[in-house]
Amino acid sequence: MFYREAGDYKTSYSADNQTFPIRFDRYRYYVVLFVSFLVIPFIINDYWASAIFLPFLIYAIAAIGLNILVGYCGQVSLGTGGFMAVGAYACYKLMTAFPEVNIFFHVLLAGGVTAIVCVLFGLPSLRIKGFYLAVATLAAQFFLVWLFNRVPWFYNYSASGQINAPERTVFGIEVTGPNTEAWAVYLFCLVFLVGSAIIARNLTRGMTGRKWMAIRDMDIAAEIIGVNPLTAKLSAFAVSGFFIGISGALFFSVYLGAVEVGEAFGINKSFLVLFMIIIGGLGSIFGSFAGAAFLVLLPVFLKNVLVGSLGWPTDTAAHFEFLIVGALIIVFLIAEPHGLAQLWRVAKEKLRLWPFPH
Amino acid sequence: MSTQESYVTEDGRTIGPTVMEMKNITLRFGGVKAITDISFDIREGEIRAIIGPNGAGKSSMLNVISGFYVPQEGEVWYKGKKRPPMRPYQVAQQGIARTFQNIALFEGMTVLDNVMTGRIRQMTSGVFAQAIWKGKAEKEEVENREFVEKIIDFLEIQAIRKTPVGRLPYGLKKRVELARALAAEPSILLLDEPMAGMNVEEKEDMSRFILDMNDEFGTTIALIEHDMGVVMDLSDRVVVMDYGKKIGDGTPDEVRNNQEVIDAYLGVAHD
Repeated sequence: MFYREAGDYKTSYSADNQTFPIRFDRYRYYVVLFVSFLVIPFIINDYWASAIFLPFLIYAIAAIGLNILVGYCGQVSLGTGGFMAVGAYACYKLMTAFPEVNIFFHVLLAGGVTAIVCVLFGLPSLRIKGFYLAVATLAAQFFLVWLFNRVPWFYNYSASGQINAPERTVFGIEVTGPNTEAWAVYLFCLVFLVGSAIIARNLTRGMTGRKWMAIRDMDIAAEIIGVNPLTAKLSAFAVSGFFIGISGALFFSVYLGAVEVGEAFGINKSFLVLFMIIIGGLGSIFGSFAGAAFLVLLPVFLKNVLVGSLGWPTDTAAHFEFLIVGALIIVFLIAEPHGLAQLWRVAKEKLRLWPFPH
Repeated sequence: MSTQESYVTEDGRTIGPTVMEMKNITLRFGGVKAITDISFDIREGEIRAIIGPNGAGKSSMLNVISGFYVPQEGEVWYKGKKRPPMRPYQVAQQGIARTFQNIALFEGMTVLDNVMTGRIRQMTSGVFAQAIWKGKAEKEEVENREFVEKIIDFLEIQAIRKTPVGRLPYGLKKRVELARALAAEPSILLLDEPMAGMNVEEKEDMSRFILDMNDEFGTTIALIEHDMGVVMDLSDRVVVMDYGKKIGDGTPDEVRNNQEVIDAYLGVAHD
């Protein structure tokens, strides 16, 4: 009733190849786009932007990036925090070195720089796999954070060792600095998220994505049908790095405004994004969104319930939050190891027939 | 009969000149000689079988052809040129496709995506074109999909097109793997025991597909198989190996009457 694909025939292969082949899905996608671009900006306030929407948008970009690497290409990475830091510092250096260039291009360029760094740290993947590769990327995490802490050039020799985002505008509207409007920063991040999602989807439904998935599922067979493992793996690292760099740049410049690298981009961040894609669903763009939403919303929700409704002291609630989030993650992984995206797929299967069981 | 002249078989298929030639191949793993000084050729359009008892070196031979192993001695000649040692993906890009004894499909992908990966050689648009999904990338996707659908029709796997391969039974997986290899439009198709573990009906189906493939697409096929009935019926010429050495080469009839081959298969009394 609710979800129909009956009677939805395709007469061309391009119609069958589109992102949302089912009409209902497609309309829902348009509605979501409409609401997020033309409704939310008018009702958003500072609390909603900084507590929910900005972290969600930015983490979703990072999750898409990491999902390409881990979920699609099967190369485990624990270096996400470090790569986000590369994006942040690249953006900072570009913003201060070329103040006349629009920040939009700085963010894109920061993504490009991160892509290059990510490829460099991806080189060991040609030799090692699985846990060993994870450890190699972990080295990237610690090395990069150390580098940004210790080399003053990266933070322009500032006394505090922090980096601060200068004020920058897009079309005359401020998107970084202390005097930003909630709707402006929201829209700025949303544009990047939508762009990233569309690019990721296009890549994964085409030949590039097939090469990645072939490497993930069986690398020997991939090689025997003509996939060059070098270019396939490194392109996954590059694309993944590009998105993660963008998210790091936005996280620093638009969301936080001032960053101390060990605090903002530590190992916790790597695990957070990894949890997002595992909970959301490996190898699924929708899963990246779902996982980011889940891990951004859950703490906010718990805090509201524990502090707001039950009246607990804030610090007890904060500790309890860790407990609950941790427990939920474990329960989740046991009950549905393929993540929210799989739950969604199962729900769709069920809804195909509902309310008639046959 | 020179190996360069074309001829027409009894059932009307044209067998062309030599497309691949193995010259004095020797392959060693440490002290073990897997293949010793073997030479044979594969001609365009023929079905060439490699048979032999277990451990005879048949699969090693196939792995030499597809680039997994580099032989210590000997040369591989392909389309009139000596082939330098190359990686398996380079061999694939030259137009040599293969299937595996134990299926090597991409379990997490749908049947359609699996078969589409076979078209890697034909799909050349860059990452940036694919990222925006316009122009060449989109056109190429549709054109190659058309070809792949032909293969899917041919192998009668239309109904499972969008099913993830991990959910399929064994016999269908074998067929999907064949479809993937065939989608590459290979100059030579290597089949490593295409009928292993199948029942009689499935074997009949598979034999029919192999013959039709050869007939309709003119695909050159080199196959390893244990079922003698199948081999003798399908193939134009047979190479027989035993303990890494070639003990027979010729038409099925010649091979069947070769004393050395009979000894290898049935055993010989030592006095």
